Amino acid sequence: MDSTATGFEIGDWIKIGVVSDIPARGARVVKTAQGDVAVFRTADDRIYALFDRCPHKAGPLSQGIVQGQTVTCPLHNLVINLATGAAEGEDAGCANRVAVRVEDGRILMSLAAFARRAA
Amino acid sequence: MTQAPVMKQKLVIVGNGMAPGRMLEKLVEQAPDRYAVTIFNAEPRVNYDRIMLSPVLSGEKTYEQIVIHGDGWYIEHGITLHKGTRVTAIDRAARTVSTDNGLTVPYDKLVIATGSVPFIIPVPGHNLPGVLTYRDLDDVDAMIVAAKSRGQAVVIGGGLLGLEAAAGLAEQGMKVTVVHLMPTLMERQLDPAAGYLLRKAIEDRGIRVLTGANTKAILGEDKVQAVELEDGTRLPADLVVMAIGIRPNGALAKDAGLTVNRGIVVDDQMVTSDPDILALGECVEHRGACYGLVAPLYEMAGVLAKTLMNEPVAYSGSVTATKLKVTGIDLFSAGDFAEAKDREEIVLRDAAQGVYKRLVIKENRIIGAVLYGDTEDGAWFFQKLREGADIADLRDTLIFGQSFAGGTQADPLAAVAALPDDAEICGCNGVCKGKIVTAIQQNKLTDVDGVRKTTKASASCGSCTGLVEKLLALTLGDGFKAVESVAMCGCTDLGHDDVRRLIVAKGLKTIPAVMQELEWKTSCGCHKCRPALNYYLIATWPGEYVDDSQSRFINERVHANIQKDGTYSVVPRMWGGVTTPNELRAIADVADKFNIRTVKVTGGQRIDLLGVKKEDLPAVWADLNAAGMVSGHAYGKALRTVKTCVGTEWCRFGTQDSTGLGIKIERFTWGSWTPAKLKMGVSGCPRNCAEATVKDIGIVCVESGYEIHIGGAAGLHVRQTDLLCKVATEAEVMEYCGALMQMYREQARYLDRIWKWMERIGLDHVRTQIVDDGERRRALFGRFVYSQRFAQSDPWAERTTPAFDREFKPMADLSMLEPA
Repeated sequence: MDSTATGFEIGDWIKIGVVSDIPARGARVVKTAQGDVAVFRTADDRIYALFDRCPHKAGPLSQGIVQGQTVTCPLHNLVINLATGAAEGEDAGCANRVAVRVEDGRILMSLAAFARRAA
Repeated sequence: MTQAPVMKQKLVIVGNGMAPGRMLEKLVEQAPDRYAVTIFNAEPRVNYDRIMLSPVLSGEKTYEQIVIHGDGWYIEHGITLHKGTRVTAIDRAARTVSTDNGLTVPYDKLVIATGSVPFIIPVPGHNLPGVLTYRDLDDVDAMIVAAKSRGQAVVIGGGLLGLEAAAGLAEQGMKVTVVHLMPTLMERQLDPAAGYLLRKAIEDRGIRVLTGANTKAILGEDKVQAVELEDGTRLPADLVVMAIGIRPNGALAKDAGLTVNRGIVVDDQMVTSDPDILALGECVEHRGACYGLVAPLYEMAGVLAKTLMNEPVAYSGSVTATKLKVTGIDLFSAGDFAEAKDREEIVLRDAAQGVYKRLVIKENRIIGAVLYGDTEDGAWFFQKLREGADIADLRDTLIFGQSFAGGTQADPLAAVAALPDDAEICGCNGVCKGKIVTAIQQNKLTDVDGVRKTTKASASCGSCTGLVEKLLALTLGDGFKAVESVAMCGCTDLGHDDVRRLIVAKGLKTIPAVMQELEWKTSCGCHKCRPALNYYLIATWPGEYVDDSQSRFINERVHANIQKDGTYSVVPRMWGGVTTPNELRAIADVADKFNIRTVKVTGGQRIDLLGVKKEDLPAVWADLNAAGMVSGHAYGKALRTVKTCVGTEWCRFGTQDSTGLGIKIERFTWGSWTPAKLKMGVSGCPRNCAEATVKDIGIVCVESGYEIHIGGAAGLHVRQTDLLCKVATEAEVMEYCGALMQMYREQARYLDRIWKWMERIGLDHVRTQIVDDGERRRALFGRFVYSQRFAQSDPWAERTTPAFDREFKPMADLSMLEPA
């Protein structure tokens, strides 16, 4: 397989949409070969991305209520910090982060996580 | 040189209304010998209380009861009264007035008090017999005569006078329609919220109200027959009352060459452009303003009397207050209450009591007040308004009025201490201070819960909890330790009841507003408080609040139940648990088409489709919608199911049509959001096959009618219902169920099932409100019906909005990308 034609490098970023695609205090899903990624938008328009699996029982974090810089898992109410992926308070566990950045309202997702996993 | 005895000066007054009447009282009291007074009254009467015309019309008072000065008063004070005599001209050069019956009377000082004339809209037919105004006793007499026919009346004008006329005519037995040009009633005195409450109260009297309605013509041959509106509507009428407004009557003054704009122009001493001629009342214009209410007229009377006595005085204009004089409707408004940038407002609403209070504040001063339902503090607010009093110190409790403020005391404990023993603390249950204090002492109570159990104070809406705590503190001294109310969540120190109360009291209508005004400690709340606030706002402001889907738990956002693997279950509504072959076929087809692994019958007599992928949900709904099914709300804090047995249609034991009734109840109540899930059951006989006695609300049919049970549960907590009451008809079942649901929706804390709420406030209290107090029950029922207007739309059918795409479609699909 010609790696330069279809593959990507650790430094690659890909546009997945614009900030206004995601409701404030909400999330949207990006489908990937490694499973869904939840992309969150906070009330102050910050963008975060986590793999859409709660560290507790794999609940879809994208479906939770977003408050401040955290999301509450819809299955058992674990509160996950969006910036670190770690469970807040007494709970333990950490969701896997995916790097995202915003340029001129466009959301770019790093492909590093996928590259590393596939390697 | 000796001084000749001073001749009394000749004072002539034109008009014998309330303003000159009050002025004369002052004059004869303070300077009885200064003037020889002559009064001309065009009406053949003495001075009567014109603002009491409405009670005369409604039959509550007679003319004799509203006379202010009888004939004797004039004789006693040596005043010459010419009744039924109209002054037709003033000769300023000769300083005389002449009358329609040929008199010419000289004056040294002349007072013009010609009042106002009703404004007549010059539509075709306005001069037909049967078209009246509402101004004096002659009008009232004519209306009373016309009302004897018990026919139909149209009142044009939904202002103060028009509504009083309408209420009076309805009282006299006429069928009355009020036609008002503006969108809300009394728009000059009331804001739209109070206008809305007023309209409901007027309509409750059987009076029809048409707003935004423009009169085009009055129809009839030799007498009035109908009123035609701009939109072509024809309202049959045996009597038409024009009560649009009044304009100052300055004709006589104008003919005499005095300066007249809108009214007769007077200075601060009430003197016209002729120094010997003064004027007062509705006919004058002072600093550009004309007045039509009694309070400013009385103020003018005082000023004018002083001017006549040569005392220094100045009238600086009046701020006016209005009270509607219709028995049973308490309404007060004063000052300026338009919204503007530099103004703040304090609003208190009590939907259950029909109370609305609004104060408009500018730079810590009250500049406007609207009170509806409870006007007791009107005078106190009005006094503060007129004084321009600084209310900064009172601000937190200002809206609760004078008794709460306790005069000028700022210490809240002292204010409560100052309340008399008969001051009502708990409005819901009518408990006064004395009773609470006695209960605390006799029963050695130490906390609010004890007071609730013993006296019922603070046991209902809870808004008086703070007052009860202060009474405990006062009675027990240091022995009382206030228990902090349990906070809603970490974002606030306020409990659910406080938040609910403040949402209403402050008129908060969005989640950001609640968080701002109630000083939330987090920027946008949490998963505990946001769904609760979203519910409280929906329940408090039906039709007004815009649902915040981001504050709903995922199940309510996607109208399905999330399962452990992130798939969803879908439950179509099956009214009363009854289905059809066609519906079953459609369900089977959906299960096949979308590979739905599990199809299961639920405890609430529904069919559950489990394992639906999120992105398939809209297509699943579309297919179920196409077969006539709607969302079953199996996922919501909402009306879930009404479970039934087969009743008289099939069962040999059935006493009533339990299936039919269950379907009716479900069709009436579906779509309603509630504090927690709400399940119902209707059993056709006491064998109770629908398990109604473990439902939130259960109906058990018996031979003689229907038992209404409440407060059952059969989950983590198992509880048998309590019997609320028994009713005779299906219509009553519907009314009681609607009222019960509304009371629960208005009072319970989010996530509390009915039993939990009921145990907190007591079954007796529910019974008092729903069973014993028919008026309250019907009001609750009315609010439920109103709220259902906005709630009953199938969420499954709303599949085409942009927000919908965002919810169900992935933002991007990178699954085809392959790593190197």
